[in-house]
Amino acid sequence: MGGGVNSLNMQLRKELDLYASLVNCCNFQGLPTRHENVDIVVIRENTEGEYSGLEHEVVPGVVESLKVITKFCSERIAKYAFEYAYLNNRKKVTAVHKANIMKLADGLFLESCREVATKYPSIKYNEIIVDNCCMQLVSKPEQFDVMVTPNLYGNLVANTAAGIAGGTGVMPGGNVGAEYAVFEQGASAGNVGKEKMVEQKTANPVALLLSSSMMLRHLQFPSFADRLENAVKRVILEGQYRTKDLGGSSTTQEVVDAVIAKLD
Amino acid sequence: MATQLLRRRVTQILSHGSPNPISLPRPFSSATDTIRATLFPGDGIGPEIAESVKQVFRTAEVPIEWEEHYVGDQVDPRTQSFLTWESLESVRRNRVGLKGPMATPIGKGHRSLNLTLRKELNLYANVRPCYSLPGYKTRYDDVNLITIRENTEGEYSGLEHQVVRGVVESLKIITRQASLRVAEYAFHYAKTHGRERVSAIHKANIMQKTDGLFLKCCREVAEKYPEITYEEVVIDNCCMMLVKNPALFDVLVMPNLYGDIISDLCAGLIGGLGLTPSCNIGEGGIALAEAVHGSAPDIAGKNMANPTALLLSSVSMLRHLNLHDKADRIQDAILNTIAEGKYRTADLGGTSTTTDFTKAICDHL
Repeated sequence: MGGGVNSLNMQLRKELDLYASLVNCCNFQGLPTRHENVDIVVIRENTEGEYSGLEHEVVPGVVESLKVITKFCSERIAKYAFEYAYLNNRKKVTAVHKANIMKLADGLFLESCREVATKYPSIKYNEIIVDNCCMQLVSKPEQFDVMVTPNLYGNLVANTAAGIAGGTGVMPGGNVGAEYAVFEQGASAGNVGKEKMVEQKTANPVALLLSSSMMLRHLQFPSFADRLENAVKRVILEGQYRTKDLGGSSTTQEVVDAVIAKLD
Repeated sequence: MATQLLRRRVTQILSHGSPNPISLPRPFSSATDTIRATLFPGDGIGPEIAESVKQVFRTAEVPIEWEEHYVGDQVDPRTQSFLTWESLESVRRNRVGLKGPMATPIGKGHRSLNLTLRKELNLYANVRPCYSLPGYKTRYDDVNLITIRENTEGEYSGLEHQVVRGVVESLKIITRQASLRVAEYAFHYAKTHGRERVSAIHKANIMQKTDGLFLKCCREVAEKYPEITYEEVVIDNCCMMLVKNPALFDVLVMPNLYGDIISDLCAGLIGGLGLTPSCNIGEGGIALAEAVHGSAPDIAGKNMANPTALLLSSVSMLRHLNLHDKADRIQDAILNTIAEGKYRTADLGGTSTTTDFTKAICDHL
């Protein structure tokens, strides 16, 4: 493993300064999963933290990797999270951390979150340690609303939340910066670069379709966004056209045709 | 006694073994030799659940003699913590121990209790078997996996500093030595417990050198065990697969941080920390089984605590000592009691007291 797709993602995020990664995880009607009432938005800091790419070999057999947390980035992502919660009528923001062990690094992240929280008194704020968070996600996911996390934990939490709500094939997401926004599948977990999926045409287009509807909303075209989203949701509800990851046997093209047919 | 045991264990490990788990076929029947084991009852509900363990062991006639040690109320300068030197020496001597939940005292000037144990006893691997308990229904019925987590380095090295105001750096250290050690243990465990697959969890696509080194070490060890399937899974993919289909995994080996998160996630899959056993393995074959839940001060002394986690941890301790018949009997008794559903403590949705639950287990033996 080395170089390849993920480093390209990082490069894109760093160059365009897409500092917030949003993943929207919610249950879809017609797609039953083990967990009900999941409606979580994971907002993940996208530029620093453990993914700074600063590693070196100290002596042969000993490697160090730097995790960098800055007040600037932590404050920025906290502000984004609270503003998002405020504008989308969300009730609670939860900060995910491991500050009992990484006292200075995650401590700084928490400090920034707390400061921003005081400016939004109508939104509830709490903090949860990342291992407890994962445990709670698989047992009581309904307690989470908006979650703000540093880079690595955000990756794990987003993938876990996506998994419990239906899988990475259906969760939309986006990377947002001050000037640019790039929308993509919320959580990509392992399907990237699989030749077999392309050959067998089993890739699920739902996530990218929903992400593009997010993009339309971002561009202030709410009616188009709604139309696309409703069509996709109706296709999922009916359950006739589903790709392999959702338990069906349709091809990518069939699902897309079904969505187009449902557009009104 | 201890050195004899150690020598025999080493011979066993070196000779490609029987399907029996770690530790040696003993020439004497296990009923005649008493083994000394250190017991740390801990705080809060600790003493009550430790009493449950003692009672079950007595009823099952397990040949273990407990040496109880408590956390002191003063910092011992030799260990810089509330754990005394004598307690640590006891574990080093007996080579096996059981620990209840310990509340870390707040304040400065001393090391945390868990950190003290880990550093002093060189506990390098944390093993958590997670399997669905029949009779206690969670959303996941088919969980049967073991998480093995490197416990000494990685992201938890505690090396952080502020570069300038508002910029903090935290070091993650991965060494060849520690990675090889935990990988060896993982494969050895898989082999001796009849497991077929070991998966290394990593994020080497981003952290190329650190997790790359970890993977390299795992690959080296995997070559020595050709009968065990080895695979590598990126951690985000692993999280997703675990919540969708935990039956895909068998033995998981991971560096420190990922191990922390994944092992707690797996504990969540089977019903929480109140039901999960855990065992820490140290250099020289030391095994310290522990209950990983908290000390629950709010229910301490009220006979409401659930002793399952500590009991299951004591079972893994018995397996480490090669007392399989006793281990199986006790484990079956616990599982049957929970499956029956008549005696369940409050956290499992029942109304039994600790003593009733313990008595039910003893009756099932």
